[in-house]
Amino acid sequence: MRTEVADDKDYRGEIHELSRNIMTDWMAELKDATQTSVPSAYLMISGNCVEILRCFDILPVFPEINALQLAIRKKSLPYIIKSEEIGYASDNCAYVKADIGFTMCGGVGPDGNIPKPSVIVCNFVGCNVYIKWFEHCREMLKVPMIMLDIPFVRDGVPSQDDVKYVLCQLNELIKECETLTGKKFDIDRLREILAYSARAEEGWSRAKELCKRRPAPFDSYFDSINMMGPINALRGTREAADFFDAVVERYEQMVAKGMGVTSDERFRTVIEGPPPYPYYRNFRNLFENWGAVAVQSTYSTVGGTWEFGFRHDPKNPLESIAEQMIMHNLCNRSMLDRYKQIKTYIEDWNADALVIHSIKSCRLFSAGQGDMREYFAKELGVPTLMVESDLEDPRYYSEAQMKNRIDAFFESLQYKRIREGEPAPAQA
Amino acid sequence: MSIEQIIQQCHDVLDLLPSQALAKAREKHPNVGGFAVFPVYAPAEIIHAAHLMPLGMFGAGNKVEISHADSRFQSFICSIAKSTLELFMRGEMKDFTGAVFSSICDVARNLASLVERNAPDLYIEYMHLPQNMNSAATLEFTRAEFERFRNNLSKHLGRPITDDAIRDSLELYNKVRSLVRALYQEREDRPGSITTAELCAVVQAGTQMMPEQFVELLTPLVELVKAREAHERDSVNVVIEGAFCEQPPLGLIEVIESAGCQVKNDDMAIGWRLFSDDVRANGSPTAALADAYVSRSSYTSVRHDRDKPRSDALVERMTSCGADAVIFAPAKFCEPALLDYVLFRMKLEEKDIAHLKLEFEEKMWTFESARSEVETFAESMLFD
Ligand code: SF4
Ligand code: SF4
Repeated sequence: MRTEVADDKDYRGEIHELSRNIMTDWMAELKDATQTSVPSAYLMISGNCVEILRCFDILPVFPEINALQLAIRKKSLPYIIKSEEIGYASDNCAYVKADIGFTMCGGVGPDGNIPKPSVIVCNFVGCNVYIKWFEHCREMLKVPMIMLDIPFVRDGVPSQDDVKYVLCQLNELIKECETLTGKKFDIDRLREILAYSARAEEGWSRAKELCKRRPAPFDSYFDSINMMGPINALRGTREAADFFDAVVERYEQMVAKGMGVTSDERFRTVIEGPPPYPYYRNFRNLFENWGAVAVQSTYSTVGGTWEFGFRHDPKNPLESIAEQMIMHNLCNRSMLDRYKQIKTYIEDWNADALVIHSIKSCRLFSAGQGDMREYFAKELGVPTLMVESDLEDPRYYSEAQMKNRIDAFFESLQYKRIREGEPAPAQA
Repeated sequence: MSIEQIIQQCHDVLDLLPSQALAKAREKHPNVGGFAVFPVYAPAEIIHAAHLMPLGMFGAGNKVEISHADSRFQSFICSIAKSTLELFMRGEMKDFTGAVFSSICDVARNLASLVERNAPDLYIEYMHLPQNMNSAATLEFTRAEFERFRNNLSKHLGRPITDDAIRDSLELYNKVRSLVRALYQEREDRPGSITTAELCAVVQAGTQMMPEQFVELLTPLVELVKAREAHERDSVNVVIEGAFCEQPPLGLIEVIESAGCQVKNDDMAIGWRLFSDDVRANGSPTAALADAYVSRSSYTSVRHDRDKPRSDALVERMTSCGADAVIFAPAKFCEPALLDYVLFRMKLEEKDIAHLKLEFEEKMWTFESARSEVETFAESMLFD
């Protein structure tokens, strides 16, 4: 996969296109699997062990990606309402509601485009809603469920007992996969798969690193979604590894030519919290209007915090899978660890401001973000904006209100710059 | 002392703020420290063995105005998280050694971080209680987690927490739990011998005092309740479900009862009475606690058990106590309770069992609309 530097209007489309191609291939596999007996398994994104499933040719299915796609295609609301009709509360995670509504309407199974899974693998990595969500899928689809209970990071690093517990559960998962598929576990195959994972992770990391440059070659919040599908769902495949090689090549070329995601990078932000998928483009435009580029984001690291150096290790296959699940993803770490992550982003990626997008649905991200604002704005003196909507439910997005808040924030940043006589940032 | 006097004592204890409850405990146990336990469960025995009073951190009810925590937690967060943070932020917990939180939900987990940052002088522990009851490694992991808790606490205090001390505390808490079970049994067998509002006040007050004092209060109470005449009324026998973390205001419980429901069982303050029987008080105490947690604890909305879905467990709870209906009482915005409600409801409808959902929050001043809902519900069942 080689890329050419296109004119500066086209660059975003190209990586997007590459990502869409490989994701579409995978989704076509999912669709095909609704009509065949190819084994498939539900899995969650955060700190997943997709490589183990791949090792047995079990097709991974991610209900979170299903929910995300429903939202971004503006199809989530009827499914959310369907779920509310059977008792879900208006405050429950809307990812769950959209996916369950979709399932109830026949979206999963022979008449839909997602196969009914042979097994549900609940990788409980940080988010407690994962457990409930998969319990509900189990109940509705009548499918067996395997729990992978991943201890939260409590003392900075996992203890030996944590690692032993996870390794034991991974071995138990492997046994279940053997029974399901009738295949014998092949550790050398797993090593090969992990080598592809590591290559993709390296690419991810280098791409993110390039956003330290001014101007940043891509928006590490809005454009990271193009990399999140491949790194989280397709990790362990040659296609994903090749995709990341192409990503790096493309962005390096841009950096070499001094090209940025926008021709006029005026503000560098770090964005915290998931995006409002039903209004993705609108939301992006509100920042783009100000030449504001996200140089880092926490949401992009829900699956893995690869930019801090962790790589799956083919020499220590299961140990490195366990380590990643426990340690190297945003969800399984505390809010205070997230503060540290954001602080590093602001300092090392040279950001001017922090934007917190508070998601009503997702308490894993949002509960307590007022304290985060307090810490960054008052204690660290980082200009911080907090806005609120939802990642899935279009009813919580108010364009006018959002625009007012964002405009007022950047106006004041601009004013502050003028007042302090700061030189204008280098133009592309 | 009469039942009424004992219940009044419990109400008096429930009116205290944590620092006052600790000061009161110190009248009889000078120098005892305090350690807060955020719901649902933590091994109180280990805390007690460290010469600390384990105090159930059930928010602040109507006792404090929220003036700091509202800006930290958004409007869609449960009240217990806000009022707990408020207590820490206004220095109410400063006489305490610290607090323990556990992996019950995403809010509690972020709350632990916020408390740690906003009360930097306190020692904050976070426990990961297992969610996989079927792995060959679960029991050992759970034991190791209790050990880790013990060792960290001991290190922080600079004194050992010995096996012998934990075993003594286990015996004491076994006694507390068996007396509480006896009260629950009385209410179930002889409705009216103790009302649910009374029982809740007792159980909750028990988490605000030393277990030694609680035993002194429970022992005569059980005898008095056994001797109390029970007046059964025409009412619907119900189980209350969904109040495992934040506690419903006692006023709401009174309304449920006076509007025509007889509560036969409930999951209020369940973490403090989690085990179905005594925990072994010989051998390794942390192994005994792990065994009790993994194999002999009640179902709750914050613990996954592959082989025993909670909807089956709820039906079993209903059947075994002779209830005909379920009142769901989730705290407003409580994600685990509100998500569980869906599967519970599906199961109950499949079995044609009546149910009613009543959400609550700490700052609930009037219960009139709840009263009319319960009345309508009870009447529809009684005169159907
Ligand atoms: S609460 Fe947040 S992290 Fe958890 S499933 Fe919902 S959207 Fe995902
Ligand atoms: S009330 Fe519910 S959401 Fe709130 S802390 Fe307790 S379990 Fe979590």
